[in-house]
Order: sequence, then structure tokens, then C-alpha cells
Amino acid sequence: MALSEPAQERIRPTDPDDTLSPAARAVALRVPLRPAVRVPVPLPPLPDTVELTGPVFGAADVGPLDHDLTRQHRGEPIGERIAVGGRVTDRRGRPVRGQLVEVWQANAAGRYAHPLDRHPAPLDPNFTGAGRCLTDDDGRYRFVTVRPGAYPLGGPEDHWRASHLHFSLFGTAFTQRLVTQMYFPGDPLLPDDIIWHTVRDAAARSRLVSAFDPAAGEPGRSLGYRWDIVLDGPSATWAEEGR
Amino acid sequence: MLPPTPSQTVGPYYGTALPFPGGGDLAPPGHPGAVTLHGHVYDGEGTPVPDALLEFWQAAPDGSLAGAPGSLRRDGRAFTGFARVPTCRDGHYELHTLLPGGVPYLALCVLARGLDHHLFTRVYVTEPPGDPLLSALPPQRRATLRARPEPGRPNTYRFDVKLQGEDETVFLEWRHQQLHRNDEG
Repeated sequence: MALSEPAQERIRPTDPDDTLSPAARAVALRVPLRPAVRVPVPLPPLPDTVELTGPVFGAADVGPLDHDLTRQHRGEPIGERIAVGGRVTDRRGRPVRGQLVEVWQANAAGRYAHPLDRHPAPLDPNFTGAGRCLTDDDGRYRFVTVRPGAYPLGGPEDHWRASHLHFSLFGTAFTQRLVTQMYFPGDPLLPDDIIWHTVRDAAARSRLVSAFDPAAGEPGRSLGYRWDIVLDGPSATWAEEGR
Repeated sequence: MLPPTPSQTVGPYYGTALPFPGGGDLAPPGHPGAVTLHGHVYDGEGTPVPDALLEFWQAAPDGSLAGAPGSLRRDGRAFTGFARVPTCRDGHYELHTLLPGGVPYLALCVLARGLDHHLFTRVYVTEPPGDPLLSALPPQRRATLRARPEPGRPNTYRFDVKLQGEDETVFLEWRHQQLHRNDEG
């Protein structure tokens, strides 16, 4: 079982640039300079490779209203009500079932209910902006919420974040873990969203944009967006399913 | 094969969504085998990272990797194998768990603002000879994966995560050795 040869490691020579803003420099200091060590995964996977299995979540972990971010408080949140749903699959299109999906987002005014968010936009007493659900047998998830507002990142460039939902997903293996962000089609802020552009490949970047799908909403109540998610990484079920 | 959904940074505001009460308490309260695993997350200049989120996945003491539901709403009995702990203002995290059986390590996933993709690593509580990962690494790199029993503090291990720099933690990625015969289609 040969691992990638450490002697051939090429350490990225870029020390954080002194010309960066303090915030950008602080972030640059967090990025590893050495390449990740590749761990070969034999097929069938060795049973003691911890990362080829994953945590298990169940009905006890998620309440029946956790998927509806508009019903977590006494009143209705302000904003354009939306439903966001889709399928979670592995790279071969097989549904990832019974898996925890978590979301968090800013309110309709572009402010997070988070103590560190200093954006001077109003907080909404009826919106916390966090939800959870489990995928069903077909790998489907669905959230009801309000469309998050855009917000500025600060700094001289006056960058704004396009409207986005943060997603956190588990798969059947720890290696399938995914944390990502979903965007809205036609958002005029997208071309300048520097976080969206951290995904360098244009085709890959476009996969972070949902599709307007009225059928995903509720008639007379909410607009709908569809966003399918594909989890990467070795799946522990390969060998078990014999295909 | 479908192209995977790209990863994006967890950002600074996940604190309303991801951490949960008891997220670091894998060991049932008062369990005689409970150990504390703790440490700091540091950046390339040794500055503590106050907004990292660490997720652990591990075997149960009997070696089982089946896991159990109930990580987010712990019942104090089942060993779920999963923990999620944010770092504090000083970059410190703390986990209370039972040592894994059968395998010498806990799997660790590090999320933080500034990381476009989370980082995987391992926390070895023992260093068994012949471990394929450890034995392929030079000693200095290998040492970054080792949790050390803490002198003077019984049942306590220390494991620091260094995101960048001379003694940068070894981070991991997985690749299949070969495609399965039926996986090509």
C-alpha cells in the first residue's frame, strides 16, 4: 500500500503576500502549503478504514419542523418565501438516503442572526436562518425558507455576496462530507461574487446555481428552486452492493 | 460519472446552524473509560484560529464502525461515534470520548473560514507498527498525527492542528487504487 511519496512533495512557495489586506492575509495563513497525502483505497475497502464509513443520523436528530425556517418563531419572517429542494446522489446517480442536510443563511435583508455579523441591516425576530432535514428514500431533501438578501463584504473594493444558502451534507462515508453554497439563477451579483469564484472552473461553478422551478414551491405561497447535489468520495456501499 | 458538487468555505456565520449542545461529549457522562482529547488550531504564524469547526468520526470501543443515530440529540447512552466541536476564542477545542477499538485513530474533518475545502486528517492515539499511513511518512510529518498523553493529567490527550507552516499537520485525500471492474460503465 504505497502512499504518495513524501520526498516528492512540492511545498507551495507562496508565503502570504504582504500586500494583502489584513483580513485576506489572515485567511491566507490558514491554507496548508503542502499537498494532501493521498491515501489509496483498495477495493473492496478495508473494513478498518474509518473514513469509508460515516456517522449515522436519524429521526431523533431532526424535528418535524426543522426543515421549515419560516415556522421556527411565533410570527412569519419578512421576505420572499421560497422552497428549495432536490436530490442528493453519489457520482453514479444513486440516491444518498437518510442523510443529514443542514442549511444556514442570512435573512431577507442580508443579515445573519449571528453575533459576529455587523452588517447594519435589520435583524428579523422571526428568522434564525438555520434548518435541518434527512434525505428520503429517493435522496430528496426540501427546505422552506425566505430568499436571503445580498450583503457587502466590506473593504475598499465594495464586494457584495450574491444571495446564497449554505449547505452542509454527510454521505455514507466520512470522505463524502460536503460543505458548500447554493446560489440563485440570474442573480446580477454572481459575476462579482468572490466566494463563488473560488471555484475556478466555470462549469463546476455553474453547478452551484439552482434552477427556478415553480413546481418545487407551493401554489400561492412560495416560489420554488431546484438544486441537485452530487457527493464525491469513495462510497462504503460499493463493495456491499457488488457493483 | 456525475461531476461532484464543488465545495465552498463554511464562512464565519455557521455558528447558528452547525454547533449543537453536547457536540463534544461522545462519552456518556461519568463513563469510567472517558478520555479528554483537546488542543488548539493554529494558522501559519501560530495564531490561534477562533472560528474553526472540528468534526470527529471514530470507531466505538468494541471496534464497531456502525455508528448510531442521536448525535445531535444525545441520549447519554448510545455511542454515536460522531462529535462536532467549535474552537473557542483562543483556538482551543475539547472532546470527551471513549478510545476507539480495533483502529488506532479518530478521523478528523477541519472546517474554517478561509478554507475553500475542509481538511481531513487523523488523530492517532497509538502508533502501531506497520500502519500504512504512518509508516509512509517521515518521522517529523508522522508526529503531526499523534495525540500525546498529557503529563500530569490522567486520561487526557493533546492534539494540535497546524493549518500551515513548518510543522503543518498532514492532511489527507482518498483515491481508489484501481477502478472496480464494473465501475467503468
